[in-house]
Amino acid sequence: MSFVFYLLAALTVAGGLAAVLLKNTVHCALALTVAFAGLAFLYLNLDAQFAGFAQILVYIGAVAILVVFAILLTKGSETPKDGVFSKTWLAGLVVAAGVFAVLGWAVLQTAPMLPKATPAPAVTVGQIGNALVDRYVLPLEIVAVLLTVALIGAVIVAMHDKERTR
Amino acid sequence: MIDKLDQIFVLLRQWVVGFLPAGWQTAAGVLLSVVVIVAFFPALFALTVWMERKGLGRIQNRLGPNRVGPFGLLQPIADGIKSLTKEDIVPLSADAVVHLLAPLMLVVAVFMGFAVLPMGRNMVLVDMDAGLLFFFAMGASTEVAVFMAGWSSRNKYSLLGAMRAVAQMISYEVVLLLSSVVVVMITGSLSLTKIVEAQNQYTWGLPHWYIFTPWGLAGFVMYSIAATAETNRSPFDLPEGESELVAGYHTEYSGFKFALFFLGEYLAMFSISGMGATLFLGGWSAPFSFLGWVPSWIWFFSKLMVSIVVFIWMRGTLPRLRQDQLMNFAWKFILPLCLLNLFVAALWRFMGEGWLRWVVCSAILFVAYVALGRIEMRSEHFGPRRYRYAE
Repeated sequence: MSFVFYLLAALTVAGGLAAVLLKNTVHCALALTVAFAGLAFLYLNLDAQFAGFAQILVYIGAVAILVVFAILLTKGSETPKDGVFSKTWLAGLVVAAGVFAVLGWAVLQTAPMLPKATPAPAVTVGQIGNALVDRYVLPLEIVAVLLTVALIGAVIVAMHDKERTR
Repeated sequence: MIDKLDQIFVLLRQWVVGFLPAGWQTAAGVLLSVVVIVAFFPALFALTVWMERKGLGRIQNRLGPNRVGPFGLLQPIADGIKSLTKEDIVPLSADAVVHLLAPLMLVVAVFMGFAVLPMGRNMVLVDMDAGLLFFFAMGASTEVAVFMAGWSSRNKYSLLGAMRAVAQMISYEVVLLLSSVVVVMITGSLSLTKIVEAQNQYTWGLPHWYIFTPWGLAGFVMYSIAATAETNRSPFDLPEGESELVAGYHTEYSGFKFALFFLGEYLAMFSISGMGATLFLGGWSAPFSFLGWVPSWIWFFSKLMVSIVVFIWMRGTLPRLRQDQLMNFAWKFILPLCLLNLFVAALWRFMGEGWLRWVVCSAILFVAYVALGRIEMRSEHFGPRRYRYAE
């Protein structure tokens, strides 16, 4: 729990808070990008180089752009007249607190079961690649199928619009 | 003596850092390297701006700038002073914070990319195991900066330019990454120093550069096209075309912020050319084994400058591509060829040494290129010009 960890955690939490509290939707999307960057630096702090750079490449380079495009191409960028907070915010807060309590309890329960203070394994990209095609080949193939389905679905959604206007 | 000249920058750094107490030496060494990079590449940028203006001028049958200094060599300095003293105009309805942050984020992301380029033997700033991935991650961060610039200006032309730029950058990012994956497949490592070392071998005096293999040549051509599109350079410069969208996403920027965008674009050109040289042209290795006595950093920067000259040449020669032509080109033509290139590289690896793999791989790539080109162009009619008049 070093100083760098607290700094990065503060950056991530600040980004996340800004993403829900700011008025302008595009500002919220940019704050979300800051939260993604904070997560990437946290991965790098744990010496997980591949996870950190993949986080930057995928989340900041693609997902953030996607979110921003979605905001711009729809009418979502205008803030609604009656504010952005819903009327049932107390129920939402209780549910979120309950989920957080369950997750925190689960994490704290498993902490004593971990081996004591082993040095962090230096995972090279080669080992990740080997694991992906060796032990985790089924999840890899399922993710590939999922991406193909998403691509085909996007093409179909775009195609239908053109046929209707003809 | 030749070794010393080759490692002169490393030795200089060690000598300077030797004056400090032992605890501070590594940090001071890294800081010194960072300062040198941040000082050197903008100087190279000034030289490139001069080269571009003179080069474009000569291609267009006119002299470039020739008033300021001999042959106009001091023109970039005049440009720099001008941009520093111009008024910084921020539109009233613009989003001031995002408007300020956009060029900063662009320049920071582009400078980060220089950290993993091996500029000579033992001359990498950070020797990362996943160096290639880091480079492309920084390249992806520039797209957010471009979007921020276009959106925060509250200007229809800026927004249009930003949207076009981001769409183009995302499409060609896929091509860029896929054409680099071929190199990673054959080398077996994402580390840029290992990729250069794998190309630093010689057979009968000729180097093992990846561009001299069929899949490497195809990969290099696709990488260059994608690099031209990623840096919004002609013939892919519709997002910032002067006659199209005023100036695209940097319309509302004046003074030093505009200079920062300009700097960011040229630095991105340098780093992507440097990466292309590392991946396909052998990085800092010499073209022939008998030329190994020339320092390695001279080879790297020569390859970089040759790539820049080719960029300038393409800008002066080729017409601009329209947005839909650009997108079709990326998704329908280059992307299938990239995927085929992956297959051909795998075939190369598993066919074993010999002349057969050269013939088979070259044949597959050539036939696919011609066939795909013919298929894409079958709806175009090339014949005598038809005129359509307004009725």
